[in-house]
Amino acid sequence: MTASLDKGISVLKEMIDAPIASYFSSCVHCGLCAEACLFYTETGDPKYTPIHKLKPLRRVYQQEYTLLGRFAKMLGLSKPVTDSELEEWKPLVYDSCTLCGRCSMVCPVGNDIVYMVRRLREGMAISGHAPDGLIGASRRAVEIGSPMGVKLAAVQAQMKHVRQDTGIEIPLDAAGAEYMLIMSSMEIINFPEYLGAIARIMKQAGKSWTLCSEAFEATNSGIQIGVSDIARVLVQRIVDGAEKLKVKTVISPECGHAYTALRWEGPNLIGRPYTFDVLHILEVLDGFHKEGLFKTSGFEDERLTFHDPCQLVRRGGVFDEPRNLLKLVAKDFVEMSDAGKMNWCCGGGGGVSAIEEAEQLRLQAFKIKKSQLEQTGAKTLVTACANCRIVIEEGLEHYKMHIPVVGLTETLADHLVEGEKP
Amino acid sequence: MDQELFLTWVRSTGLDIAVGIFVLGTLWRLIEIYTLGHKPDLAVPRHRTGASGLHTMFRRSVPPPGMFKRSAISYVGGYIFHIGLAIIVFLSAQHIKLIQGLTGLSWPNLPSQFIDATAVVTLATMLMVLVDRINNPVKRFLSTFADYGAWALTFLPVLTGYLATKHLLLPYTMMLALHILSVELLLVFLPFTKLMHVFTLWVSRWYNGDTNSRKGVPV
Repeated sequence: MTASLDKGISVLKEMIDAPIASYFSSCVHCGLCAEACLFYTETGDPKYTPIHKLKPLRRVYQQEYTLLGRFAKMLGLSKPVTDSELEEWKPLVYDSCTLCGRCSMVCPVGNDIVYMVRRLREGMAISGHAPDGLIGASRRAVEIGSPMGVKLAAVQAQMKHVRQDTGIEIPLDAAGAEYMLIMSSMEIINFPEYLGAIARIMKQAGKSWTLCSEAFEATNSGIQIGVSDIARVLVQRIVDGAEKLKVKTVISPECGHAYTALRWEGPNLIGRPYTFDVLHILEVLDGFHKEGLFKTSGFEDERLTFHDPCQLVRRGGVFDEPRNLLKLVAKDFVEMSDAGKMNWCCGGGGGVSAIEEAEQLRLQAFKIKKSQLEQTGAKTLVTACANCRIVIEEGLEHYKMHIPVVGLTETLADHLVEGEKP
Repeated sequence: MDQELFLTWVRSTGLDIAVGIFVLGTLWRLIEIYTLGHKPDLAVPRHRTGASGLHTMFRRSVPPPGMFKRSAISYVGGYIFHIGLAIIVFLSAQHIKLIQGLTGLSWPNLPSQFIDATAVVTLATMLMVLVDRINNPVKRFLSTFADYGAWALTFLPVLTGYLATKHLLLPYTMMLALHILSVELLLVFLPFTKLMHVFTLWVSRWYNGDTNSRKGVPV
């Protein structure tokens, strides 16, 4: 056994807890999880059955934590998990799993399958079986501060553009501000309209807010690759920044997994609750509107539909806010089939969009989103995750569909009534 | 072996061994599983009506939206044979009498014709789910010897019980002894196979429901 494999197996042993033991003991091999997974439904290949992706973890569980399994191991009757097996499983654990959690919604015995995949990735990564794309992104996140290599200068350039476009000076490192905004690299590089939209809404709402020079990046490659040590470092940066500036609330951006990382995994990674609140931008905007802090005027004339980012909705619990906000600006809003907590993933979550060798499979899996979209007849797709947005744009391009994909925050800002106090 | 002797053995020593392994094995498995523990969640929970471990324990018995049409046979077959097994085990006159003898507890039984019909439907449904396991690419891919073994361990008690009450195939004494033996085999293997789900699925559903309820997601 190599040292890295040894470490990987040790980590997997640490990862196995009572829920995982209960889940493996409950599985009846009914295969219904396959019917919930876009990688199976769109390819028809049984190897993409979610519970099958966990086979190495299941064997470690049986060999280490069950009486009969230990007995079989002692007598040399069971097959140990090997490096070549983990390498063979890499495309199943990473390329074909977006951690979307749809399988966990349907398992009749109640298994939270995505909880187990997330934990299996810990052992895969430490034993050297993570995809190169995610290794690179994680390295850049730790060393440079962002998975796409974005530095503070790029953020400052965007702040300058916003000032030129709107006349609004975006605060940086303003201690005592109520809100601290963090962003995804994608928003900084590809969708700069997000920052401008926030600046205008914050001004109208009369709220104090700030960016933080030491913690502007929200994404967390650590939870995608499955290395808690990296995830912890990245969360800690935000926690340190927020606590240094003594803000009341950190606003998670239009990025699904950044929300999961900070809101749900973060306190567990750093081992304590935060001294501040974490809200998704849509929760903040819905709250502002309910308090009457801003008004909108006019409507989008064309038919709109909304893509629920998995980590925000199914894995995050932000269901109603996007609908409340969309209704303010959309006359003809239609839901996709399976909308809400049963929505289908864009195919690029959980780090999949960063895995180059997964591209063909991802585009094949996108067929489900294509079909959902076609059913609605929508002319514009709104979403609230920059990664979903870019993955969907690529999918639409591939299938030659001409539907613009926009962020909800900027759509709302397009209808903002500015100047007069509501 | 003499039929009477065989019946006596399965009713005494055989039953003691089987019940002993079943009880100790189940206890051991439950301890083995649930003493592994679970770290507390430090994230501030969000509350939403309908999201809890308890809700999921019950809700998961109903197909989630969109799932029935994707695998109707799994749901229909699953419902029929599980309900059928429960009716046969707990509502047939012979089984209630047995339970009364062991515990003193009893309740009204269903007519034997109804139990017979239930047994036939249950057996037919179990054959259907077996064929589905062999035909469905995902189920076939996932299935191991243990899956077919667990199916046989569940099927045989129903089959032998039906044949015994109908006095078919073998003399009654022999068939009854085989019926009891098949139940004993089921008891012996239950804690160490996927049949253990009869106990753990409730906790699994609770864990899933509870974990996600903290995020305000009813699952």
